[in-house]
Amino acid sequence: MTVVHSAPRFASNEGVKAALSTALGDMLVEAHEEHGEILLTVKRGRIEHALRLLRDEHDYQQLMEIAGVDYPQRAERFEVVYMLLSLTKNHRVMVKVTASEKTPVPTVTTLWPNAGWLEREVFDLYGVLFDGNTDLRRILTDYGFEGHPFRKDFPLTGYTELRYSEEEKRVVYEPVDLPQDLRRFDFMSPWEGADYVLPGDEKADIPPVEEVKTTEKESETGAGEETDRKAAEKVAPAERSSGSVAGQGDANPAPVDTGEDEPDAPKPTEDRPDRKPRKETARDTSGATEPEENGED
Amino acid sequence: MAGLIQESSPTTEGEAVSNYTINFGPQHPAAHGVLRLVMELDGEIIERIDPHVGLLHRGTEKLIEHKTYLQALPYFDRLDYCSPMCMEHSWVLAIEKLLNLEVPLRAQYLRVLFAELTRIKNHMLNIGSHVMDVGAMTPNLWLFELREDCMNFYERVSGARMHAAWFRPGGVHEDAPLKLLADIGDWVDKRLPELFGDAMSLVMDNRIFKQRNVDIAVVSKEDAIRWGFSGPMIRASGIPWDLRKSQPYDVYDRMDFEVPVGTNGDCYDRFMVRVKEVYESAKIIKQCLAEMPEGPVQSTDGKVSPPRRGEMKQSMEALIHHFKLYTEGFHVPAGEVYVATESPKGEFGVYLVADGSNKPYRCKIRPTAFSHLQAIDFMAKGHMLPDATAILGAIDVVFGESDR
Repeated sequence: MTVVHSAPRFASNEGVKAALSTALGDMLVEAHEEHGEILLTVKRGRIEHALRLLRDEHDYQQLMEIAGVDYPQRAERFEVVYMLLSLTKNHRVMVKVTASEKTPVPTVTTLWPNAGWLEREVFDLYGVLFDGNTDLRRILTDYGFEGHPFRKDFPLTGYTELRYSEEEKRVVYEPVDLPQDLRRFDFMSPWEGADYVLPGDEKADIPPVEEVKTTEKESETGAGEETDRKAAEKVAPAERSSGSVAGQGDANPAPVDTGEDEPDAPKPTEDRPDRKPRKETARDTSGATEPEENGED
Repeated sequence: MAGLIQESSPTTEGEAVSNYTINFGPQHPAAHGVLRLVMELDGEIIERIDPHVGLLHRGTEKLIEHKTYLQALPYFDRLDYCSPMCMEHSWVLAIEKLLNLEVPLRAQYLRVLFAELTRIKNHMLNIGSHVMDVGAMTPNLWLFELREDCMNFYERVSGARMHAAWFRPGGVHEDAPLKLLADIGDWVDKRLPELFGDAMSLVMDNRIFKQRNVDIAVVSKEDAIRWGFSGPMIRASGIPWDLRKSQPYDVYDRMDFEVPVGTNGDCYDRFMVRVKEVYESAKIIKQCLAEMPEGPVQSTDGKVSPPRRGEMKQSMEALIHHFKLYTEGFHVPAGEVYVATESPKGEFGVYLVADGSNKPYRCKIRPTAFSHLQAIDFMAKGHMLPDATAILGAIDVVFGESDR
């Protein structure tokens, strides 16, 4: 594919993948090249050796970034991606390992001091453990935060919210209480990879029957006295009608109680009784709307 | 050190003094945002700094996973809010790399032009506040005038003074008016060198300023590499590394400019590198204005860039495209890329994982300040407490970006 985009152009990838694959030897799980990026997946336990080799013998001097990615459907759900930069060769590679919640990744703080915070961030947001990192505290989330917010199963709204409480004169933490549901619109075209079935489409995949069912006798049509009687139960009596339309019977049948269950009207939105009313913050403004007693001259 | 203090000292008269810890921030004018530093001091000497970041963490990356590619763009303005368009630059280039999308030449010139204007805008704030952190007042006021000019240019091209959202995948949102380009040319020719030169003449050779900055927080070449430095921080340490030169994007390969490099790696060098970069940016802006061709400013691929308003009045297909692009958005082929550009503060990268749908699967933002701020512990060790503000000013940290 010819490159027509104008994203940063670093040194050519030609032969790099093969050379690094050979150098990494049995540490390598998979090597991949796509969109002009080289991605090397290595064994988790050997990541430090692999990165040391790349740094010392292949001139990838700088560790620019460590990124976590979560794929909940996989057995080892996390990927930890190390972005390496070579200042001398003007080239970038990405090195990956996979991990689960319980399998720690060896730290690379022994190779680059700035890996400390980068690993702390992946730990904080994904819960990946780094074996050998002596300072694995949370970094981006709040003091005392629980959970790992960037996991795909962590809700976007979180679990707790905070506000300043006038009564207690401090910030209080409460469970998230949304006055309105979080809006999430589904704009995907139904014919371009939507993962639900459109109403009516559920029968589309059923194979056609061998013998097509037909209506051959009048008694098979379902018409008759029984049907007429059932239909009459649900239709208003003719004499209460206000008019009629030609060929269509009564134009405006009055509603009658057929004994069938009607769908309920939507329930009114409830107040939030859990939250105490504020004290002294709201001002009584009734004077602005109600007429004064001696106001009318 | 402890052994030294327990000896009789002229100030404590033989009493044992232990180290103590003070809290700097999170609300402090010299912290450049919400930074909390837990400092361990021995008298007035800094022994250890433990920076606490994340007080401005808004979960931008998580929010982006729930937005379409175009809806995610304005979040980037709000990262480093001192240089919004440079943040957008990395994002649109990452998308274009996955789509392999060609950008018209005029749009590339416009992007480079405004990225450099943004660099000037960012450096005006940083140089000004760095100077003010160490005690000078006047230059900051003059530099804010220039920053104000940059924001007016922003407003005239995009309608917003800060959060422009003007770079778009496939080009820029609207063409810049001719009068605006002419005004930028005049500004770069006259007002910028005049006012900036005046302000810098007060600072560069100023004895107090030099006493506060020369030989403060010296970082060697090796340390700069080990700590993942980039941008002016690595250049001040003497490494001529600039992504605009080494890994050019858009039309930077056509530009003729110099990469200023420091010799000492101290705070003064970092400051001077930024001062020189302002002049180099002005040079690039002039070249852009001189060479910019006529032509479209958005990709001709109708499946990515929306139709013009006038077209929509005439063409049913344009109307359908407009509707689909602003509701569903475009789909990006599956894959993962890491795209880094030279933002005014250093390497600003986006690691984008796409799964073929209209929303990013994962977007990791590489903030420049993260690695720099982490190094403050070793940079400040052994310096006096007031030097911490000079070091912070020279790092050029903005918490919108660092905390995301």
